[in-house]
Amino acid sequence: MNRTKVVNSARLLRVIDALGARHETTPRFRQSRFALSWGAPPVLWQLAFFVGPLLLLVWISFWSVSNFRLTPDFVFDNWVHLLSSGSFTSAYAYSFKMALLTAIVVGALAVPAAYTIAFRTSQRVRLTLLLILIVPFFTSYPVRIYSWQSLLSPNGFINSLLEVVSLGPYLFLNNWFGTLIGLMTLTMPLVVIIQTLAFSAVDRRYVEAAYNLGCGRIKTFFTVLLPLAKIGLILSVTLAFVLAFGDFVSPTFLGGSRPPTLSILLTDQVQSGNHWPRASVVAVIMFVTLITVVLSMLALAYRNKWRNV
Amino acid sequence: MSNIVDKNGRPISRRRFLQGMGALAGTAVLSSSPFRSLHANDQVLNILTWPGHGDPFVVREFEEQYNCTVRTREYEGGEEMLAMVNQAPPGTYDVIMADAEYIEMLRDGDFIQQLDPSDYPLDDFWPEFQEFETHWVDGDLYSVMLRFGYIGMAYRTDVFDEAEVSSYSALWSNKGEGRVGFFDWYLPSMGCVSLYEGNQRPFDIDSAAFEAVKDRLLSLEPQTAGFRGMSGVFSMLTDGTATVIPGVGDWVAFLLQEDGVPVASSVPEEGGLQWTESLSIANGAQNPDLAKSFIQYMTSPEGQVKTARLPAYAASIPNRKGWELLNEEYPDAARSLRHTFDERNVIDEYRDGLISLRRLPVQQNIEQWNDAWTEFKSL
Repeated sequence: MNRTKVVNSARLLRVIDALGARHETTPRFRQSRFALSWGAPPVLWQLAFFVGPLLLLVWISFWSVSNFRLTPDFVFDNWVHLLSSGSFTSAYAYSFKMALLTAIVVGALAVPAAYTIAFRTSQRVRLTLLLILIVPFFTSYPVRIYSWQSLLSPNGFINSLLEVVSLGPYLFLNNWFGTLIGLMTLTMPLVVIIQTLAFSAVDRRYVEAAYNLGCGRIKTFFTVLLPLAKIGLILSVTLAFVLAFGDFVSPTFLGGSRPPTLSILLTDQVQSGNHWPRASVVAVIMFVTLITVVLSMLALAYRNKWRNV
Repeated sequence: MSNIVDKNGRPISRRRFLQGMGALAGTAVLSSSPFRSLHANDQVLNILTWPGHGDPFVVREFEEQYNCTVRTREYEGGEEMLAMVNQAPPGTYDVIMADAEYIEMLRDGDFIQQLDPSDYPLDDFWPEFQEFETHWVDGDLYSVMLRFGYIGMAYRTDVFDEAEVSSYSALWSNKGEGRVGFFDWYLPSMGCVSLYEGNQRPFDIDSAAFEAVKDRLLSLEPQTAGFRGMSGVFSMLTDGTATVIPGVGDWVAFLLQEDGVPVASSVPEEGGLQWTESLSIANGAQNPDLAKSFIQYMTSPEGQVKTARLPAYAASIPNRKGWELLNEEYPDAARSLRHTFDERNVIDEYRDGLISLRRLPVQQNIEQWNDAWTEFKSL
């Protein structure tokens, strides 16, 4: 082999190496490949079953329906019809109001429970209580709602108890109260669990320092604990809002569709007339609302943290 | 992993172990996958029906006789049925059960096949149902009636007496305040309101009459208890949330009476509606012969007696020979269904002319009626 050939071969090898064809796997590369292989499935799942359908949903909202048949189209009729309809406006307002009410009521009721579990119980009791909060998820949500139906009905257990003390019967079903009870059933355990974790993560030395500096329990709670657990508390009520806003079961079976929420309006569009495009409009508006609420709440939760970064 | 060895006694590496476990999990998933059944070559009869029609009480004998499985997909409302038919690829269903008013749309949409009348015992039917409108188009048969019933009001007998529900005005009475439940489907509920407005043909009304019906419907807002599906109708009457429900009828009362709930039904003096359930063979059916056999079985006297006593909800049957068998084998059921020959029966009521066939809106489109219903629900 003459010298020219050797030099050319060496150059070729360098080019191949530069192109990565003879890339040696470094530990760092292997680590990132490992992370990628574990992280890819959920990302692909989200792309296939969330982003894809979401884009499809937006696209379908411009289609038309003729004689129960979907026709690919590009018309704004569905948007105009729903946005100008009083039924949609009232369903939107009612859904938002009920979700907000649920988040506030559940958030407020959960705080003392979560505080007690996090700070006033032994580790064994804490774990037992957290387990009890998880147990409701072992049964299906509609089954729990059906149980409430029999408890809250005019001839049900609660009215029977009230009758003993010469009260009632009261109508707890087919109104906002029934819906609220159902939404609280859905969200309360989750909110308490998240708030308990938020309180548990607070460094107890800050609490002790507050006591040592003469703060009472209430002042310590509001000036030390709440600000330190703020992120978890805000996330918990945000989750309650998100779950309540899109729920179909409680407004239907305990609220009697009276008035309809957005999720009921959405199913009505499909069941009566196969109007998937209008249902898509409702779904897109629900999604935009939830994204706006979640991002706003995240901004509120992490405001100071981001400022400090 | 070194503790685990292969058949040659060599230790199995972690990679091979994971590969094996992956293959095992994949096999397990595929073996129980719902996709498998789509390609199976079993004799499966797929039926799209109202709830309850796949009950073994009705279909077991047919399954044994034809060595097949009847699989049902259920809907609650004609438009939901149309939506499901539209969304399903051809071959999804062999038999489609539909109410009379939707058969024409199924035919226009090319979803159902033309039937040969000589295949079915139509001559055994009561004369009124042998050439039932909407089942025939230009002399061609597309559907065979399975069962029917009348729609008026169902009411709690511990709240209303029979005289009080002889008119739809009971819905606006003090006893009904906040306790009028609704079956969440615009067609029967608005049909009853239209009858109360004096419309002889409740679904064939001009725009002025439609506005009057709409106004009358909206005036029910203070009376309204809630809007529910079929199961909710039963629970509202059972737990007393609703004391009266328009747009439903015997089918609700029969079932609740069996459970001891004080409920009855009435066809008010303003008239009632007739609902029907009829069977058609789907276009593209994978088992058209089996579908034909199923319709033959269900419209035979034996099948008719079974469907009349369907546990989900009893109903009247159009086959006169079915009536005879019912009276012979189940005289109590024949009496409660008013299917006796020596007393006033449901055919006499039909001949009185008080019953209108439930139809789709004629002078307005479905959307207008639906929007009025949604507006009412949103009040």
